[in-house]
Amino acid sequence: MAGGKQATAKRAMRWSWNDPHLRALIWQIGALAIVVVTLWYLAATAHENLSRQHIATGFGFLQNTAGFGIVQSLIPYSEEASYGRAFLVGLCNTLLVAALGTVLAVALGFVVGIARLSSNWLVAKLAAAYVETLRNIPLLLQLFFWYFAILQPLPSPRESLTLLPGVFLSNRGIVMPGIGLTGTSLAFFATLIVAVLAALYIARRARARLLATGQRFPAVIVNTVIIIGLPALVWLVGGAPFTLQHAEMGKFDFTGGWRLLPEFLALLLGLTLYTAAFIAEIVRAGIQSVGHGQTEAAHALGLSNGQTLRLVVIPQALRVIIPPLTSQILNLTKNSSLAVAIGYPDLVSVFAGTVLNQTGQAIEVIAITMGVYLVISLATSFAMNLYNARVAIVER
Amino acid sequence: MARRPSLLSRLFPFVFGLLVGAGTLYFFMPGPGASVGKPVQGQPVAKAGQPAPAAQPQGATLATVRERGYVQCGVSTGLPGFSNPDDKGVWTGIDVDFCKAVAAAVFGDETKVKYRPLNAKDRFTALQSGEVDVLSRNTTWTMSRDTSLGFNFAGVIYYDGQGFMVKKASGITSAAQLNGATICTQTGTTTELNLADYFRGQNMTYKVLPFEKNEEALSAYDSGRCDAYTTDASGLHAQKLILKNPVEHMVLPEVISKEPLGPLVRQGDPQWEDIVRWTLFALIDAEELGVTSTNVNQMKASPSPEVRRMLGTEGDFGQALGLSKNWAVDAIGAVGNYGEMFERNVGVKTPLGIPRGLNALWRNGGLMYAPPIR
Repeated sequence: MAGGKQATAKRAMRWSWNDPHLRALIWQIGALAIVVVTLWYLAATAHENLSRQHIATGFGFLQNTAGFGIVQSLIPYSEEASYGRAFLVGLCNTLLVAALGTVLAVALGFVVGIARLSSNWLVAKLAAAYVETLRNIPLLLQLFFWYFAILQPLPSPRESLTLLPGVFLSNRGIVMPGIGLTGTSLAFFATLIVAVLAALYIARRARARLLATGQRFPAVIVNTVIIIGLPALVWLVGGAPFTLQHAEMGKFDFTGGWRLLPEFLALLLGLTLYTAAFIAEIVRAGIQSVGHGQTEAAHALGLSNGQTLRLVVIPQALRVIIPPLTSQILNLTKNSSLAVAIGYPDLVSVFAGTVLNQTGQAIEVIAITMGVYLVISLATSFAMNLYNARVAIVER
Repeated sequence: MARRPSLLSRLFPFVFGLLVGAGTLYFFMPGPGASVGKPVQGQPVAKAGQPAPAAQPQGATLATVRERGYVQCGVSTGLPGFSNPDDKGVWTGIDVDFCKAVAAAVFGDETKVKYRPLNAKDRFTALQSGEVDVLSRNTTWTMSRDTSLGFNFAGVIYYDGQGFMVKKASGITSAAQLNGATICTQTGTTTELNLADYFRGQNMTYKVLPFEKNEEALSAYDSGRCDAYTTDASGLHAQKLILKNPVEHMVLPEVISKEPLGPLVRQGDPQWEDIVRWTLFALIDAEELGVTSTNVNQMKASPSPEVRRMLGTEGDFGQALGLSKNWAVDAIGAVGNYGEMFERNVGVKTPLGIPRGLNALWRNGGLMYAPPIR
């Protein structure tokens, strides 16, 4: 822009149609006005029609008693709670499956994507078969497959399979012993957090020292000792505050203990395996975008295969991987709304399903639900964009 | 020397999305802001304090239906005895017969009706938005549906109550033994609420597993995911038939709720509401007066003034509805009287085998009682 500085320098805007700046401004204001008026018109029409048909409007219903049960809730919930509370229960369930699904899908996607490029014929072909099968079957069918074909035919609770001592698999899901918490166990968790923070700090310092002086510090070993040792010490000193609560067989089903519902497992499996297939392709494309010369150069420097991948290829591949990966994470979150088909109480099932039906306030309920997905997606996208900015090529 | 876009322009999509979302939400908030609508072309503005403009002009629905040439009737996605398609796509059932009766009353031709299969979850939105003219879909008459959802119920076509189905092998013989059980049901119905009320009232615990579709709820019960399946008692009898092995299951004796099922219409068009309501009443009155699908034409000459009024020989009650004189003759001729509808679809000679019980005429000890046509 060096030469054109004078030409584009600020000058008074002329009030003339011949002024391109003024023209552009008028077009933009006009376009914005059309958008606003259209939205306003749609909202006004909807409002008219609602009042004409005597349909209740407003958000007051959120305070009314819900009166129905929800099979899985991360926050305290009972039938006497409000619709607003039921909304939060559904939201937590959606966030739970989306967060776990994202972590698992990204991990599996990286493994499969790297495996597709493996020089081992069998590993590469298995990975390719996985990707081509899973990403080409509709997700809803996969969910039905996991739920109705795999998890439902499992034996009943009385004949359940014992995976580990105290861990049972049946058509009611996976039941495991719960951990009873007492006062001193708070100290345990506090220590755990402190230990993790300390480990992160040590890892940073070790890396800084390596870069500055070339001296190695066995950070991995030290950190493992800290993370396991410190909380274990507190646990012993505190008099082993955990009590295992074993699940017991009741009249119909296990009672007590912790439980993973089959609906949750089917949804998590379906979302993870489906999305991982797409992520694997993204990872493969990203790795292949890094020139082979880089790998050869790294090998020439004496780096092992693993080091080459970790230190040379992946950091460059990430620039290509992150933007489409963001889309896949967003897809996974939005696809979790298929939960309603297999009875998992997510936001759409609880709020846009049962609550909508009992209050009949479709516009409000759907607006809130859409708003929530929008906020979740924008927040995810924002976080991923920040990360992308960090790994992007920094021009000097 | 690529310039980085400013923070403001990078944030613009987020800010814009949030603004639009917040604006939409604000618009539907109750309060003074809510009713300030922009004047919409050709429609009066509702000002705060003034009564809302009159609902659809009288007869809007009837005119729309006549112009379209058929009645759009909302039915279930498949419930034997009530509304169920066979392998050729032909619908049968007591709710379907009622749709036919309305079409016959309006057009004199019971084939001028189209069925729209609806989930429990979608049925009310479909009626509110005008996708269907009448919802005849084993729907329970409740206060909130009648008031805040903006509907009017035309009457009761089937007196039902919610029950439970369990596997015989479980050894359960009473609902009182269901403490701690997992129960499958369809989402978006009164059953979820009744279930919660019943278990709270009995001080028992339960886990509910609601599915969007009946078939999925039933399949989950059949495979043992749930200990019991709950819906209206008529539905239990009907759905037992489609289980893998019906004889292994039994319906528990307890009925835990009142479920008066009936057809409903949008609030705000009294004429259409009257047509649907009086079609139902005519079918019930016809049974009481001994008018059937086979004798309806001879009965026109009946000496009984009640029969003569209903069948249009005396007076013109059809005109008051905006219909022809023969409205009731056509409706009864098409599907028979209420008793015929009941016996053909759900009665003791059908696979469902449901006795009349509460659904017998009032003079036979049941609850079926329709106001007189006069």
